[in-house]
Amino acid sequence: MTVEQILFLLAGAVILVSAFLVVTVRKLMHAALWLVVTLFGVAVLYALLQANFLAVVQLVVYIGAIAILFIFAVMLTRKEMRDLGPQTRSNWWVAVLVGAAVLMGLVFVVLAIPGVERTAQVLPEGLDTVQALGVALVSPNAYVLPFEVASVLLLAALIGAVYLAGIIKK
Amino acid sequence: MTFWNDPINLIANWLNTLLTGWGVPASLATVLIYFIGITVLVVFAMVLDIGLVWVERKVVARFQDRLGPNRLGPFGLIQPIADIIKMVIKEDITPAGAEKVLYNIAPVLSATSVIMLWAILPLAANIYGVDLNVALLYIVAMGALGTLAIIIAGWASNNKYALLGAFRMVANMVAYEIPMVIVLLIPTILAGTMSVIGITEAQRNLWFVFLSPLGAVIFMISAIAELGRSPFDLNEAESEIVAGFHIEYTGMKFGWFYASELLHAFTFGGFAAILFFGGYNGFFGLEQFPAFSWLNIPFVQALVFIVKAMIGYWVIMWVKYSMPRIRIDHMLAFNWKFLVPLSLVLLVVTAILHRILVVLPTWQYALGMFAANIVIITATIEILRAHGRKQRQAEYALLKTQ
Amino acid sequence: MSIPLSWYLLLAAALFSIGLYGVLARKNAIAILLGIELMLNAVNMNLVAFWRYLDPAQMAGQAFAVIVFAVAAAEVAVGLALVISVYRRRKTVVADELDLMKW
Repeated sequence: MTVEQILFLLAGAVILVSAFLVVTVRKLMHAALWLVVTLFGVAVLYALLQANFLAVVQLVVYIGAIAILFIFAVMLTRKEMRDLGPQTRSNWWVAVLVGAAVLMGLVFVVLAIPGVERTAQVLPEGLDTVQALGVALVSPNAYVLPFEVASVLLLAALIGAVYLAGIIKK
Repeated sequence: MTFWNDPINLIANWLNTLLTGWGVPASLATVLIYFIGITVLVVFAMVLDIGLVWVERKVVARFQDRLGPNRLGPFGLIQPIADIIKMVIKEDITPAGAEKVLYNIAPVLSATSVIMLWAILPLAANIYGVDLNVALLYIVAMGALGTLAIIIAGWASNNKYALLGAFRMVANMVAYEIPMVIVLLIPTILAGTMSVIGITEAQRNLWFVFLSPLGAVIFMISAIAELGRSPFDLNEAESEIVAGFHIEYTGMKFGWFYASELLHAFTFGGFAAILFFGGYNGFFGLEQFPAFSWLNIPFVQALVFIVKAMIGYWVIMWVKYSMPRIRIDHMLAFNWKFLVPLSLVLLVVTAILHRILVVLPTWQYALGMFAANIVIITATIEILRAHGRKQRQAEYALLKTQ
Repeated sequence: MSIPLSWYLLLAAALFSIGLYGVLARKNAIAILLGIELMLNAVNMNLVAFWRYLDPAQMAGQAFAVIVFAVAAAEVAVGLALVISVYRRRKTVVADELDLMKW
């Protein structure tokens, strides 16, 4: 077993355990903090996949913005959710069944992919993935359109969030 | 390769041959050497931190016309050791109703977020932890971890002052992260890389502060806000919320927050030096002349870097101890209505001008960039002045009608 | 280099299923959004894994992972704004109790 495999297994175990806690733990604040652990584990996997940029962006965007937003939302809506009663619906077992069925289906599909046991080749010599990603995001024959759509979406979300959460004076 | 030219690699190679000579497998030896390297770096940072306690106390004393620590050792140099002993033997309190695990994790996380920054801090051309190609984003990412530490501390303390302090701090850090990220893009554009080594090497002949003085100023302001130091110290605001997020922490747990704040300030002084003041380089490519070739010795470079970082740290302290605290709505308005638009304008102008002028000889290029910055600064001041005048006249007119 | 592609895909599948369970079983609207985040992360992990294992020179996987980041950020901003807005009016964040539109 190589160092990389050990790292993967460690990160994978952290991700699965913390993700399980995110959906089961009773206190919402703890769920949000476990989400941070999960996201950190995913960032480690990105680093293992040599996607440095995405690993760091994962930290900046998910932990620096999204997780903090969640924590704020939990705090701002805390008065009513006392975290005392059960946090799951009465028919949670249906959710278990659906989750298990989806997992089965996905595993089945994954194992049916030809060449799924392949290992990664070494990155091509002289390929700067950060630069390549930057070029791909703005070059017209690559992904400039999805990139621009994403930026319009972000602007719309910004305005929408301000309108929804802001206290509008009449 | 001699000790004076490349000390880190020399020691690493020596350790490698030593360990493999003892029969340690090569992969394990590499891991062990990395581990030793990390330990040495962290120990260096923490020892420096002890020194910073003394520097901070001495400098604040001078700003306030006092002597500062002067009893223990020459110039009070042993005072920080006494401080540490005091903190370690203080009672360690976990308040009732606090979330025990989270409460104890927060100071560790806070210190971690700072020490992790040292992984990418190049002390010299070949003395650094790792040369990341996304180093500048990594700085922001570690800032996010620091934010998380503070919000955990505020929430887990089960204290309303702590929670208020954490709220303010997070509003502060999330807001000032935006001008910081935008300004970090300016050295990225000028150097064409996000690696700190690459950025430092690009400043061999010309520091970026001459190409973008406004960028350096905005970086310093947002760095001070990220640090939560005065005038942005609303997270602690002793007169309003007692001590903010670390109100419940005692002894060494408080010590961790204190130590990480000092080290953070010094580290940001270091990053200011790297991004805008040439990092470990000398002045204006001086080391290219034979008479100054000693500037290329790694230890001299490390010394130059630490001196520059200290100057940056001193500027941060200078601001801290001479500015009063500002109100939170003013602070947020200053960010959203002033710093963010200004840094966006600066970014666009820098990007376009760099593209146009980069073909010219260096001195014309530098002059053009500098002039553009001056124009932006003048325009900003004029807009502010016009706005202020209008406000004054409106107030005056209102006064007259009454 | 020594990790088979299937490991990443299976891990992502498990993460996705856990997130799905969270979305379906949780009462609190914020917790449902937490589950959605897990699912989006699982998808992203797949995208990046395929980028690395199939053709690293082509940046499709990473580019779409970046767009998923943007979508996730937008989704959380609007979603949490909605939750807070609802909380102000109805004093609850339990998804089942928000049934004003149901006659």
